[in-house]
Amino acid sequence: MKQIFALEEIRDSDRTLVGGKAFALATMVRNGMNVPPGLCVTTEAYNDFVSSTGLQGRICMEWGRKRFEDMRWEEMWDLSLRIRNIFLNTPMSTGLVDALSGPISSTFNGQRVVVRSSAPHEDSARASFAGLHESYVNIEGTDAVLERIKLVWASLWSDRAMLYRQELGLDIAKSAMAVVIQEIVVGERSGVIFGRNPNDASQAVIEAVYGLNQGLVDGTVEPDKWILDRKTGRIISHFSAQREKAAAPSHDGVTLQPLLPEASEQPPLSPEETGMVYDVAKTAESLFGAPQDMEWTLRQNALYVLQSRPITTGRADQKDDQRPWYLSLRRSFENLKTLRRKIEDALLPQMEDEALRLANQELAKLSDAELAEEIGRRTRIYDQWSGIYREHFIPMAHGMRLFGEFYNSAMHPSDPYEFMSLLGTTEMVSIRRNRMLEGMASMIRQDEKLAAQLTSGENGRLPEALDKALEAFIDQFGDLSCGAEQCTQGRDAMINLLLAMAKHGPPTSRFQRQGFEALKKEFLSRFSGEKKDYATELLDLGRASYRLRDDDNIYIGRIKGQVVRAVDEGRTRIKQRGAIPTKDLEAAEIIRALNDPSFVPETPVPPDKDKAKGNLKARQLVGQPACPGIARGSARVILSQSDLMSFEAGEVFVCDALDPTMTFVAPLAAGIVERRGGMLIHGAIIAREYGIPCVTGVPKVTSLIRTGDEITVDGYLGIVILSSVR
Amino acid sequence: MEWNHKESTLENTDGLESLLRDLFGSQRLAVLATQREGQPFANLVAFAATDDLKHLAFATTRATRKYANLSADSQVAMLVDNRRNQVSDFENAAAVTAIGKAEEAGGEYRVRLLEVYLSKHPHLKGFATSPTSALIKVNVEKYDVVRRFQHVVELRVKP
Repeated sequence: MKQIFALEEIRDSDRTLVGGKAFALATMVRNGMNVPPGLCVTTEAYNDFVSSTGLQGRICMEWGRKRFEDMRWEEMWDLSLRIRNIFLNTPMSTGLVDALSGPISSTFNGQRVVVRSSAPHEDSARASFAGLHESYVNIEGTDAVLERIKLVWASLWSDRAMLYRQELGLDIAKSAMAVVIQEIVVGERSGVIFGRNPNDASQAVIEAVYGLNQGLVDGTVEPDKWILDRKTGRIISHFSAQREKAAAPSHDGVTLQPLLPEASEQPPLSPEETGMVYDVAKTAESLFGAPQDMEWTLRQNALYVLQSRPITTGRADQKDDQRPWYLSLRRSFENLKTLRRKIEDALLPQMEDEALRLANQELAKLSDAELAEEIGRRTRIYDQWSGIYREHFIPMAHGMRLFGEFYNSAMHPSDPYEFMSLLGTTEMVSIRRNRMLEGMASMIRQDEKLAAQLTSGENGRLPEALDKALEAFIDQFGDLSCGAEQCTQGRDAMINLLLAMAKHGPPTSRFQRQGFEALKKEFLSRFSGEKKDYATELLDLGRASYRLRDDDNIYIGRIKGQVVRAVDEGRTRIKQRGAIPTKDLEAAEIIRALNDPSFVPETPVPPDKDKAKGNLKARQLVGQPACPGIARGSARVILSQSDLMSFEAGEVFVCDALDPTMTFVAPLAAGIVERRGGMLIHGAIIAREYGIPCVTGVPKVTSLIRTGDEITVDGYLGIVILSSVR
Repeated sequence: MEWNHKESTLENTDGLESLLRDLFGSQRLAVLATQREGQPFANLVAFAATDDLKHLAFATTRATRKYANLSADSQVAMLVDNRRNQVSDFENAAAVTAIGKAEEAGGEYRVRLLEVYLSKHPHLKGFATSPTSALIKVNVEKYDVVRRFQHVVELRVKP
């Protein structure tokens, strides 16, 4: 079977070989429509590549590690990143290179091209999944085109494609991807047309921008919009955009450039031109027998059709599945830069002020009713910040992703997470906090008498330096024994922690400045000119994203800590009334009890801890390798703040989700195991920072492993082995 | 894999060896038997055989029970077969039991053995080359070849 076709060679029987996009383009070419010349690399080439290289087996192994239902959105991204890297690092066979390079170099003759996916399942009338797979614009030279073909192939396994794998019929053994390569037409104006408005069947809709339509498609350039009468093409209404920028080809990609003032005052299309676009959509509709969603561009007044697919209704996501929302948060570089400014310059300082305001309030002076009111107010403040966190801080994490993909494309590292070495070691608040703790621990370590005094429990009088440091620490970071539920042991718990750290010896950060500088230099040396500036800026953005990802937890943790402080004050007052067990009281019950002295809350039933059945025991659990290394030790399963404060040096930290408010014990841990998965989550970041073997994404780990179990953490392979009791 | 070797060729060493090569080439997994303190233990491993049939290879992480057993007692058995879980197995299936001693492959031989192993299981590269994994070489002393349910021949491997 053929591995590559010219668009005009494609026949009706080739549909599954060439995929939906190429098939539609070929149909338009055959019918005399103006389509840029191009080629299609068939699914046969994909199949040849994945079977001859053993890649299919590797994809199977990656997919088999975890049930899809158990995967978090970050794990889907990780999975697709790993698969992408396998494609990047697997060379095509000489036979395949030969088969593809001849037609590519003779057709385009050094001209710049666009490389796009044409999956057999996409663009079918049943479901349109626009934007699941990758496109590359403005690519020059056969080698660069071959490289992008592999990346488009890899995007068959993109995170979003995985999300819709059932609808797409994604199957490792059967799925394949064709690729369209077309000459780039650098139009002065571009856009899309919906032959039928999805919201009103009597209308058609045109959107248009200056420059290439990448700006429109990825949402960075706001388009002008025309609503037309679907029958006649008459303009019903026109919405002007604030025209400021245009996407233009630049090196091997696209950049945004400012518009000239005369352009920004003119709509990108005249009324006659909207008529031209409408006519083309009508022609395509009669050709395909259904209204079309088309991309087009205008160059020197000639209209080119770039793609055409049937209009479909939006797909219904499962309401309780949050993953589509997270995966839709992809942000462009420009967008992330703006977001970063907002977070750094406005949101974080506001959060800090908020926490400080709350901390300065003397709760003891409030009456019971006022305290109840205050708990409610603080809860609302916290909820409001949680909303901001979700809206702004979570999308910011995509800065790391953007950098990671860029780095891997440029460097082809064997470790798909090598890029993290360039992101880490920024000044994270949690690391700064750990350094302050270590400073105090070393005071104890160097003073045997003091250590003995503290070990015997005499914490009343501390040496002045330590006392001051402890106060300063609590001022800045709060009492670490205050968790999500309550403060457990106060200052004594902090001292016990410092004692444990003192015994353990100073933690060593794995990071070496020299290695970082060398890697950074090597990375930047791959670029020159504008591209180098972009790489530098993207690295800076990635580093900010990495740091903020962590810091934001600490900032929101401070506000949460202030809710806890008020709830704790309420609990103390209710406790003084006697006879009511207060330990597990919820905030709402405390508010009620404060307002109503006769209210007696029901004793909560302790939750069933999902006890493992006596005759069933986990032996080996599979997760993801998050920091290489091997560690063996006794497990400490962290379910509450008091578990955290009992943590002993050399134990393995086993938890549901390690968040920055817990990481002060991380330097003491031999290994880290976490239910929550992902390479860019806090647990993985902190483990890499200290070089602690770490496995993340182990389902139900806190019930399958129990405190005291002897476990081995294999951070190379991402497995956790429980020692056998024969 | 079809058992299409002519019966007559299986009564001589060359014929039997070529049959073993075909079987080992077609089957990806073998059953490994180990023991410790009298307690046998069996599990599946992805295996490969050297062309001279003197060695079988598999990879394991060092924290596993099989590795602990092997460290305590190097005597092992491995079973490779081509059954299809059908009645016709009683007529057509073959099973080969390899008896020998296992050791962790080291030095130059490890490099060669790893090449053999990965050419059969390229997708196990990450697993087999992890610092926590060991590549195990089984020095085969003999093969017991069972056909037609109860017909058994033994092939001794020259050291």
